[in-house]
Amino acid sequence: MERFVFLTFDGLSRGAVYAAFALALVLIWRAARIVNFAQGAMAVAAAYVAYSVTAATGSYWLGFLAALAAGLLLGAVVDRAVMRFVDHTSPLNPVIVALGLVLLIQAVLGMIYGNEFRPAGTPFDRAALTVGGFAVVSPYDLFVFATVGLMMVALAWIFARTPVGLRMRAAAFAPEVSRLLGVNVGGMLALGWALASGVGALAAMLVIPTELGLHPNAMDLVFVSAFTAAVVGGLDSPPGAVVGGLVVGLVLSYVSGYAGSDLTPLAVLVLLLAVLLVRPGGLFAPVTARRV
Amino acid sequence: MSATRAAAPPERAATGAPADGRRGSTLLRHLAVAVAVALLVLAASYGLAPFRNFQLATVAAYLCATAGLTVLTGLNGQLSLGHGALMATGAYTVALCQGAFADHGLTGGWLLAVSLVAAILVTVAVGAVVGAAAARLRGPYLAGVTLAVAVVVPALTVTFDGVFNGDQGLSVPVEPPPLALGAYFPYERWQLWIAAAGTLLALVLLANLVRSRYGRTFRAVRDDEVAARLAGIHVARTQVLAFVVSAAGAGLGGALLAVLAQSVSPGAFSLTLSLFLLMAVVIGGLGRLAGALWGAVLLVVLPDLTHSVTELFTVSPAVAQRLEGNLPLAIFGITLVVVMIAAPGGVQGLLSRLGRELLARWPGRRS
Repeated sequence: MERFVFLTFDGLSRGAVYAAFALALVLIWRAARIVNFAQGAMAVAAAYVAYSVTAATGSYWLGFLAALAAGLLLGAVVDRAVMRFVDHTSPLNPVIVALGLVLLIQAVLGMIYGNEFRPAGTPFDRAALTVGGFAVVSPYDLFVFATVGLMMVALAWIFARTPVGLRMRAAAFAPEVSRLLGVNVGGMLALGWALASGVGALAAMLVIPTELGLHPNAMDLVFVSAFTAAVVGGLDSPPGAVVGGLVVGLVLSYVSGYAGSDLTPLAVLVLLLAVLLVRPGGLFAPVTARRV
Repeated sequence: MSATRAAAPPERAATGAPADGRRGSTLLRHLAVAVAVALLVLAASYGLAPFRNFQLATVAAYLCATAGLTVLTGLNGQLSLGHGALMATGAYTVALCQGAFADHGLTGGWLLAVSLVAAILVTVAVGAVVGAAAARLRGPYLAGVTLAVAVVVPALTVTFDGVFNGDQGLSVPVEPPPLALGAYFPYERWQLWIAAAGTLLALVLLANLVRSRYGRTFRAVRDDEVAARLAGIHVARTQVLAFVVSAAGAGLGGALLAVLAQSVSPGAFSLTLSLFLLMAVVIGGLGRLAGALWGAVLLVVLPDLTHSVTELFTVSPAVAQRLEGNLPLAIFGITLVVVMIAAPGGVQGLLSRLGRELLARWPGRRS
């Protein structure tokens, strides 16, 4: 029982990060109809910025802010400098370009920092607190919950309550009409990319200390898990991404706790295939006729 | 909106007879080209230094995989990021077969052929499973699943390290060249012969397939699934078939790589390899088998080239090591992005355009 409770909280903590990362994928998918396969590499780049800032100033929080800023900036740059010029008639093209970006970003990081694992610090203790004799949740987990929760509330507020959010939704929903009504559609697209990439950077900052450490390829498996989460929830649905993230986090936590951590990659693949084959639109997809 | 469409512009010869007006038996023509290339490789194997022989053999091994991926992505419009994993399947099968033969004291040149065929069969089986799932998926979903395959399969070697020996990998015992060739026959030349023979055989088969009824159905499905279905083509079956054919190519390529390196380890078949293969077929030119050759050459030459470039600069060994490992990756990445934006037809597309323009200026030729 104690183990189950511990694994549940561990899974929720992991799941919160996957949810954030999946949310980043969903944001770009809704704005531009692109699954950003470079998300993981972009997030790692932001985490490396944080590493450098923290090493230079000695402050985790300055590094954290730097990662967010770098994430936002990188997202806008990738959209403005690369993705805008890709021919979108085929869904293969943006995917291939994003994969080129993965190679490029990881190679540049490897050239600057080297391809070894670097320890990533945490602002709070990762040892679990005991409540009533159960080892339940660590201060760091609480920090993760709080950060992800705050971020989601902020995103929901931006999209639902602010004029900018309204314009972003309009630009994604009906670009031509929005343009006629005076919305800067290109700018909104860049802003969407920046927001998504910032969210991805945040997720990377939260997840990397709990894994092996900072490495150019550190987010590969996280990306696959987050993609699974986004597919579980449906690529079109932000609440679905959150639920999907938590589901994936819990499944992975139970698998690694009860069956061995070696099996988690396989579990991700099986889960992804199962969802795609049984309910390709995700658990939260409305019933639609097949588009032809 | 058609859900799947290849990145390359649709070919004129999408349906019906070949539009370029070539006559004669396709099989004979391909065989003639293969024999000519074989003679060329034979001459090269005597003329080149052993290291170049080895490089050429590596090109041949990659060519199998890139040709397979070209059939899948270029001709059938399915994107696979999992071909590195399929190559790993072939490589590990060869390693296990050769290891088992060596353990049982079996010797003989034909054993290698048995192992290679086993590698192809196992990869085909794996490819059929992935392909059956892939046939139901489109665009980014397919890319995501195959990406998961590429990330997960190398990790499996650690999960089942009793069989695959984890990160260490397995060694591939390969027999020395037969004594009939002489006692001092260079080993690299023998490797080139093996790799070139396997690759040429595979390419002739693939080239024929591309020109056949099946090749036409592949392209029809790529260009418009609905139209293809209306024309009586079983879309899902065609997609699985394309995946299986492509997997066979990747399996043979991986197996040949394992034989060349005489060892396999999960590090050699990471996600990066899958991305490299994709880059190779995109740069070479999607939808053209000849493009696969350019890609394979680039995969071997570019790391070598960057090695020579970094040697020109005097930098500390640590920096040099970082540059050497990552510079090719960076160049591949930039090239992939630039080619995709500027010249979606790739190298072969540029060449054919150039060729067509030259032909158009040739006096007295209708074209």
